[in-house]
Amino acid sequence: MKFGVVIFPGSNCDEDMVHVLQDVMKQQVVKLWHKDTNLQGCDFIVLPGGFSYGDYLRSGAIARFSPIMKSVIEHAALGGYVLGICNGFQILTESGLLPGALLRNKDQKFVCKNIHIKAVHNNSLLTATLDTTKPMKIPIAHAEGRYFAAEKVLNEMDRNGQILFHYCDENGVVHEDHTLNGSIRNIAGVMNDQRNVFGMMPHPERAAEEALGNVEGKAIFESILSMIATKD
Amino acid sequence: MKYKAEIDIMPLKEILDPQGKAVKLGLKNLGLPEILDARIGKHITLEIEAENKGAAEEKVAFACKKLLANLIMEDFKYKVTEA
Repeated sequence: MKFGVVIFPGSNCDEDMVHVLQDVMKQQVVKLWHKDTNLQGCDFIVLPGGFSYGDYLRSGAIARFSPIMKSVIEHAALGGYVLGICNGFQILTESGLLPGALLRNKDQKFVCKNIHIKAVHNNSLLTATLDTTKPMKIPIAHAEGRYFAAEKVLNEMDRNGQILFHYCDENGVVHEDHTLNGSIRNIAGVMNDQRNVFGMMPHPERAAEEALGNVEGKAIFESILSMIATKD
Repeated sequence: MKYKAEIDIMPLKEILDPQGKAVKLGLKNLGLPEILDARIGKHITLEIEAENKGAAEEKVAFACKKLLANLIMEDFKYKVTEA
């Protein structure tokens, strides 16, 4: 499995992602510059967090037209895996690879802290081996994380099992008023209906090593790798 | 021919606009409780080279739909005039 981490002007979680995939998860990783169009034979593309193009216009709106995104969209259309974290998630919704949009947080604040999320089901690459009853402590760091989609779209996503993570409290209870950013239905992460494109606002790559004081995010990378190993 | 486009992009009515809400509160604190609502969007001006007004409008609509506005969260209107 070869991973490619895309670097846009303004990406700032690219090195963390490369480090976790390469040094912690022991995978082959290449960095992909946004002006390139060659995905270098990568099987799994990651769009990292950050502030691509200064978040001008809307978060992710301009990055979506970077040359590499044409190849990423083709890769996804052929069934290739794509994961967007934080700004990467925003880029994926802007490109139409994932449904919905990410709006300014309800209370206007940039929220940077550990929060809890819970996997909704096990029927995805990201959540296959996660415990759906156990909350995971993972950091978020964003000002535009309020997930929104029309009611009709949300109902369809729900039916297809496209909602992957809910925000919850430390006991795993999902409350209407517990979302930190105002996300509709407490949505923290989703996938497309072909089940190969994933997006989430929380940063598992910032919680995958003992040295960082939190390893709860590592389970998501382990889930991805164990599922891919089964398929191979 | 050169044309000028004036574009207004606004958050959809059904979507909470936290910026507008904060400004409404500021207006109330200023002593204007009669201001019932405030919503904040973007105003964009473009200069366009096009054969005629119709062609310029077509380009503006394309720009709005593809990049300038996100129709999941915003709507837009525009006015094109000769520059």
